[in-house]
Amino acid sequence: MTLRSSVETAAISTAAVLVALLLFGGFAVVRGLDPLEVYRVLYLGAFGSWFAVQNTLTQAAPLMLTALCTAVPARAGLLVIGGEGALVMGGLATVLAGVLLANVPGPPGIALLCATGAVAGGLWVGVAGALRHWRGVNETISTLLLNYIAIAVLNHLITGPIRDFDQVLKPASWSVGEHLRIGDVPGTSIHWGLVFGVAACALLWVLMRGTTFGFAVDILGGNVRAARMAGLPIGAMVLVACFLGGAAAGLAGAVEVIAVHGFASSSLVVGYGYAGILVAFLARQNPLAIAFVSVLLGGISASGGLLQRRFGLPDAATLVLRGFLFVAVLAGSTLYGRLRIVRRP
Amino acid sequence: MTDHPKLTRRQLLATAGGVIATGVVSDLVSRREARAAVKPITVGFIYVGPRNDYGWNQAHAVAAKKIARLEGVKIVEQENVPETVEVEKVMEGMIHQDGAKVVFATSFGYWPHILKVARKYPDVLFPHIGALWKEGDPKNTIGYRGYMEEPHYLCGVAAGHMTKTGKIGFLGSKPLFFIFNNCNGFILGARSVNPKITCQVVITGDWNNPVREAEVTNSLIDQGVDVIVANVDSAKVVVENSERRGIYTCGYHTDLSELAPRGFLTGAEWNWAAGGQFVKAWQTGGPYTNLLRGGFRQDMVAISPFGKAVPEDVRAKIFRIRQGFVDDSFKLYRGPLKDNEGNVVLKEGQVIANDDNKFKLAVNFLVEGAIGKTGLKK
Repeated sequence: MTLRSSVETAAISTAAVLVALLLFGGFAVVRGLDPLEVYRVLYLGAFGSWFAVQNTLTQAAPLMLTALCTAVPARAGLLVIGGEGALVMGGLATVLAGVLLANVPGPPGIALLCATGAVAGGLWVGVAGALRHWRGVNETISTLLLNYIAIAVLNHLITGPIRDFDQVLKPASWSVGEHLRIGDVPGTSIHWGLVFGVAACALLWVLMRGTTFGFAVDILGGNVRAARMAGLPIGAMVLVACFLGGAAAGLAGAVEVIAVHGFASSSLVVGYGYAGILVAFLARQNPLAIAFVSVLLGGISASGGLLQRRFGLPDAATLVLRGFLFVAVLAGSTLYGRLRIVRRP
Repeated sequence: MTDHPKLTRRQLLATAGGVIATGVVSDLVSRREARAAVKPITVGFIYVGPRNDYGWNQAHAVAAKKIARLEGVKIVEQENVPETVEVEKVMEGMIHQDGAKVVFATSFGYWPHILKVARKYPDVLFPHIGALWKEGDPKNTIGYRGYMEEPHYLCGVAAGHMTKTGKIGFLGSKPLFFIFNNCNGFILGARSVNPKITCQVVITGDWNNPVREAEVTNSLIDQGVDVIVANVDSAKVVVENSERRGIYTCGYHTDLSELAPRGFLTGAEWNWAAGGQFVKAWQTGGPYTNLLRGGFRQDMVAISPFGKAVPEDVRAKIFRIRQGFVDDSFKLYRGPLKDNEGNVVLKEGQVIANDDNKFKLAVNFLVEGAIGKTGLKK
């Protein structure tokens, strides 16, 4: 990325965020609220205190990983929206592995559990990649449907075969042993998923920017015929891109199990996968930008509660802000290459 | 003759005004002192769904509004909070960011999260609506819940008077003891009017499944049922459908009369505002109980305002029975009582106290007159 295009991206993204905030201010006025006060609370809830920052980062952690599920295949020209399903499958596989590996000591066991979750998620989205490559099935539709299948599998397993009947309040799976849990980063209330998320974003950024594979994937995403002419192994690349994306979301599922819940239940299906799609688009499929955008969206989620409590706004208020943001960014993307300040002299 | 000091009218007025003014001022001062004596307190309410769902969450939002009117109480509310660690964050947010000292987390599945957070914040009180508290749980947690079978009995009496076909319907969510209790209350009430009445019982298996609820409603009506009560998260679909098909309905959770202006009879309501007593106790350092179940006697349940279809004499009769619950002269489960499989539950003369939790929590049968099964393996 040249300096010029970096400036362009930064300028357009910032403008989009400002426009969204302005629109949200209008929404606040319609509700009879002082927009400046709303902005202040928005900031307070997201970044106003150490408590708020920790909340924001906790919210951001799973988004980073599920956003990669859309972003990596998108570099290869695929529109994958299967983060939700991959997360669920990753979580389920982690629980099963956790029960099987109950006697493995902590550190290697945890590594194995994370790997299992990632592989499960990777294979799940990999299925969509394979269907795309060999059968020409549209990957957007197939990943969407795979989400429903994953959730159905989860519901089936946790209400029957792997149900822990000691958990009476709602159906949940067996629990992973205490020694295989990772919990929070010491001294904070942020779980380790944040570290995994940042690491995965950085790793995939290097892969996409610094390797021949990344370059080849970008060619494939830019022009399939050119890629074919250049003799690139298109099938393998599609599969690998899908696998990597799915693995990131699967890892998010593993983290939800070993760092947050300790078991699989309907708590895995809370929309992280779908929010990740939004993050990926806002970040223009750039893994490094995903880390930052996740924090931004995490902040919006974290401050949503405070907005409700201070102004009596409905829960949907943050969805309104998210919606404005999405529309502003999409509208902003039409400006690329047209801004005078960054036009080549 | 002594010399009386003469009061001019002006002097009199001035004195009287002064006296009144002093009175008013001192009254104001004492009131302000009284207000100062009541410690201001922030109370948080967390809902699992939207506040205006015509059901479970609305019942709590209504209570929140009532509790907000208590002296010195300010409330903060958050809706659509899932039963995950998310609710722990929300509780902590209310404590850190809003200074809440009492947090009502109003969904059943919040309980394990409440226990976790309550241990961390011993200066905050956590009343919970499941009555799940047991010895050993933190002292700053409370479980409380109303006996909804009592208002269901009154709904049943209304239904018994209004039904023309002699067939009424009960739509339940989960096969749980309190749903069976409500169902039994409804049937016992109706059959106290006319012992020939039967009640179709359908358990959907879901707290919230509007499509299935609509189907069940239609099929019950097709079978000749002409009064329905639905024990689901939000009875909106059932009540509206029944209204459209021209039959009577009773509400559940909260006041649903506006959904069925023609066919609404009355409804079984929680009075979650009873939780205000915990707020007051926490505010003043007074005593409170950690586990509280109660009915009309403890003012923890209520009935909805009557619909216009219900005649005066029926209303009066229902009020009389309600008074019986209040002064404990009326008992819901009385012998002789059979279940709908013909087994004797209570012998002649056997009476179950209205607050006999041991009996009520173990109810796994439907009383005689119910057409349907609990679905439980016995």
